[in-house]
Amino acid sequence: MTDTIEKLERLDKKRSKEHKEKEILRSSITLKILRANRAANEPAHYDTIEVPVQRSTTVLDALLWAKGYKDHSIGIRYSCRMASCGSCGMKINGIPRLACYTKVSELSGDTITCEPLSNFPHIRDLVTDFSQFFEHHKNMQPYIQNENADIKDPAKLSEFMQSPEDVDKFLQFSYCIKCGCCYAACPTVAMDTKFPGPQALAQMYRYFADTRDTAVEKRMEIVDDRHGLFRCHFAGSCSSVCPKGVDPALGIQLLRGHMLGYSSNEKKIAELKERLKK
Amino acid sequence: MEANKVRESQIMKIHYLTGIAALVVVAVHIMMRLIMPYNLSLEYENVIANYHNMPYAFLLESMLVLIAIHGFNGLRIILLEMRQSKAWESGVTILTIAAMIAIIGYGTRTIIVANGLEMG
Repeated sequence: MTDTIEKLERLDKKRSKEHKEKEILRSSITLKILRANRAANEPAHYDTIEVPVQRSTTVLDALLWAKGYKDHSIGIRYSCRMASCGSCGMKINGIPRLACYTKVSELSGDTITCEPLSNFPHIRDLVTDFSQFFEHHKNMQPYIQNENADIKDPAKLSEFMQSPEDVDKFLQFSYCIKCGCCYAACPTVAMDTKFPGPQALAQMYRYFADTRDTAVEKRMEIVDDRHGLFRCHFAGSCSSVCPKGVDPALGIQLLRGHMLGYSSNEKKIAELKERLKK
Repeated sequence: MEANKVRESQIMKIHYLTGIAALVVVAVHIMMRLIMPYNLSLEYENVIANYHNMPYAFLLESMLVLIAIHGFNGLRIILLEMRQSKAWESGVTILTIAAMIAIIGYGTRTIIVANGLEMG
């Protein structure tokens, strides 16, 4: 468990160090926002809005200022404002990022371009349709499957015994917040709509590697398809844009190794702890 | 997944193995061009002599089969990514397999004829 946490802490430190080195301080920026209403067949165009900023202003803060004081019709999806919910994913200066996790001071140039995520059906302004994305995620059966665990009988409910090493095998993949940044950056998704995408495949590996899960064969069958796991070109853009430090490309390659038989598929299944008798 | 359907992982295993094997046979083939001056090795008599050399004819045949399998499967993958519909996917698979068989058949015929073996 410590390995993954240390890795993420190192990434965080590296990110803040890089940010401090490249920090650009300004008193205002120009937001260039893509505007369109697909349902009304409106042609897409860009609106530019001058926004006052401070050192810690995020792109989401800037967008909300623009929405609050300049044009309240700007369509944005957001919720937690702290990179936990994954709602505010958008293309900022051409790269998929979380608006709440991107400070304006880390972006070069006086104009910041905000566009909806690629590879998602566009609804309005910066809002995209996540139905297909979540459908792919759902198809991966993202939950523990274990016949030995009787979840229907509360009297038999117990816990699985997992070592920190067992947890470390999948921990980083469980940090996914489903923001869709990796999906938007994937060149295969751009071509192949049936391809599950890096998020879904990384989640597949997350449950595949989990020692509490016994549905190894069933899971492999799901992605062993014409448009499945093997359509990944290993561009690696999914991993480079992930705001949470998850490496979906690694998960895909590990899963591919298991599927081709390079790695053993026999995993030690976690045992259920016997309930303590009172 | 249907029980009788070939799994993509099996196809990809064949794809990777034929790719690696093709690298080896092509390397041998290129090295054989260097045992004498390159332009000389491409003269008519030398080329025909290669075909008459049974191990070399086998090498050429294996090269043909490996590259055809690897190449046409690669083409199938590219075409599958272009459009997604049942008809397109089945059409692409059938066409690439047919083209692969045709190329292997025609190439094998050339090797047999050049080898001097009688056809039929």
